[in-house]
Amino acid sequence: MKYSKTGLVALVVLRLATGWHFFYEGMVKVLNPDWTSKAYLLDSGGFLKSMFEWMALNDSVLPVVDFLNAWGLTLIGLSLLLGIFCRAGALAGMLLLLFYYLSHPAFPGIEYLFPTDGSYFIINKTLVELFALFVIFAFPTAHIIGVERFWAAKNRRPE
Amino acid sequence: MKKDEQNDKKGISRRDMLAGLASLPVLGALGYGLFLHASERNKYKSGLLKGIKPVLPSGIPPLVDGPVLRLGVVGTGGRGMYIMKALGFVLPERIDEWKSRAATDKYWRDYLDEFMAQEQLNVRVTGVCDVFGKHAAEGMAAGSNLYRNGQSGEMADVPRRYLTYQELCASPDVDAVIVATPDHLHVPVALEAARNGKHVYCEKPLSWTVEETFEARKVVKDTGIVFQLGHQGRQTESYQVAKSLIEQDVIGKISLIEVCTNRNDPNGAWVYDIDPEANENSIDWKQFIGPAPWHDFSLERFFRWRCWWDYSTGLSGDLFTHEYDALNQILGLGIPHSAMASGGIYFYKDGRTVPDVLNMAFEYPERDLTLLYSATLSSEKNRGKSIMAHDAWMELDETLTVYLDRSSTRYKDQIEKGLLEPNKPIFSYVPGQDKIDAITTPTEKYFAGRGLLYTYRDGKAVDTTHLHLREWLNCIRLNNGTQPSCDIDQAFEEAITAHMGTISYHEKRRTFWDAVNERII
Repeated sequence: MKYSKTGLVALVVLRLATGWHFFYEGMVKVLNPDWTSKAYLLDSGGFLKSMFEWMALNDSVLPVVDFLNAWGLTLIGLSLLLGIFCRAGALAGMLLLLFYYLSHPAFPGIEYLFPTDGSYFIINKTLVELFALFVIFAFPTAHIIGVERFWAAKNRRPE
Repeated sequence: MKKDEQNDKKGISRRDMLAGLASLPVLGALGYGLFLHASERNKYKSGLLKGIKPVLPSGIPPLVDGPVLRLGVVGTGGRGMYIMKALGFVLPERIDEWKSRAATDKYWRDYLDEFMAQEQLNVRVTGVCDVFGKHAAEGMAAGSNLYRNGQSGEMADVPRRYLTYQELCASPDVDAVIVATPDHLHVPVALEAARNGKHVYCEKPLSWTVEETFEARKVVKDTGIVFQLGHQGRQTESYQVAKSLIEQDVIGKISLIEVCTNRNDPNGAWVYDIDPEANENSIDWKQFIGPAPWHDFSLERFFRWRCWWDYSTGLSGDLFTHEYDALNQILGLGIPHSAMASGGIYFYKDGRTVPDVLNMAFEYPERDLTLLYSATLSSEKNRGKSIMAHDAWMELDETLTVYLDRSSTRYKDQIEKGLLEPNKPIFSYVPGQDKIDAITTPTEKYFAGRGLLYTYRDGKAVDTTHLHLREWLNCIRLNNGTQPSCDIDQAFEEAITAHMGTISYHEKRRTFWDAVNERII
């Protein structure tokens, strides 16, 4: 896929910014041994509320959820930042964000204990970030700016 | 030959290298951010938590083995039925109703699931007694619903209805008695049970008069029964955590405690519904009056008995005792040196005799502190318990939050070094969260302020009344003199404190406790 220079810069900046957000969120959780998603899950709303509450209250499930969350965010962030397995990272990120959205959907009539930093109706920042990852998936840049370039470089040169 | 061309021969050019590793500086910047975050966090943690070991509540205590305990319930109205539910017994039609609601409503589904998951306590209800026939019949129906079925399900033996509490207490089919009557009958029923060798679970407050408070303590001790006062707040997690923090001197010297009750609806002000089936034929009015001054039959007095001193202990005995008992378990306050009360009937001018606004100040000079209580039944402004001390203050409800005082001596160095921020929440406990932590994020601060509705043990929501009854039953089964957490001594201190406030209100003077001669003067 050919990009204009401006297009390439825009896509890479979007990828790095999203990667930054994922990586920082993940590492803060990894570095804090006491962090747990329990309170967040208990505060869930929408039609999957009971599933998220079950996760929060199940002693064997919660540690797995917490581990996958913290390390998932970190590794997705790393993949986007470094430009390695970027499309897989973007897909995994979309899945994670979908779970976040489904646990706290921006539907009218649902109130959460967690404060929101804006007003939302159906579309919220989680969903917008999910769409940003979709763009990153659809328009890959890691083979141009990123570690994946090394593979790309090898593939385009004859032995 | 150009450098790039030389690199091309190796497969990767310098341009590839630069483009491939372009984001490394970004990772470096992020790493620096993380380092700052971690060091800020560690500073905060080391500031207060170092050396302090909060005691977290343990899980639900296992049931002590033993034969089935046969219970008699005296008073199967609102509170009596709630206690039966906490034991695992509800009306079969109530189960049907919950199931029908649960079919379409998630809240009721959870409610039903929670009740069904509540552990069986190895008890049977073998006797009920209520002066209102309908309540007695409901008590019998709920008591037979051992298997928690709806109306079409299998039932156990129907408990026997006793027409008087004396007959129930004398019955050989009853091992222990639950007293859920109006206040003026607590001690008469409890003593009748104790004298018949039955263990007693009595709703708060212990007593209606000062004299019977002493008698209750004597009889319970002489008979050696297991007695538990129905202050289920004894099981509240945050109180247990607060106790451990105060014992470790986290907040410093306490000088003032403020506790409150605020309600603002007819139900909260004790204006309960009057059952249309109730009349002079279906209520044993004479037995209801008991030791109270005689009054002609009155449906209003029967169903709204809390509004009259003739049967009630008012805000002091009914609601202040919840607050007092919480503090007595945390601080071991005991009976105050003096009490002074004021208030009046300022909103509910409906013929009641108990005030709907009450203020009381209790002095503890030997502890160098004052306990303030204020209540209104016509405002719902939420006010928690505040324990104010020299180094920090503690806000207590279902959650617990400690705020650092700017002028603290103990934390002076940490405040000066910027390790701790004065007037901000520095420590919180939220039931349901597994661990105690210094508050470091806005989310944590928000949660600490708002609290959660659930109380957890081992990650599961549990009814505190269930835990309180369980503790009583375990002590009975241990049969080795072990008394539960709200035993007769705690009940005695609670009742005397409440009576000091009530007498002060009535007599418009300060009352004192003569600890040597054990009397209120």
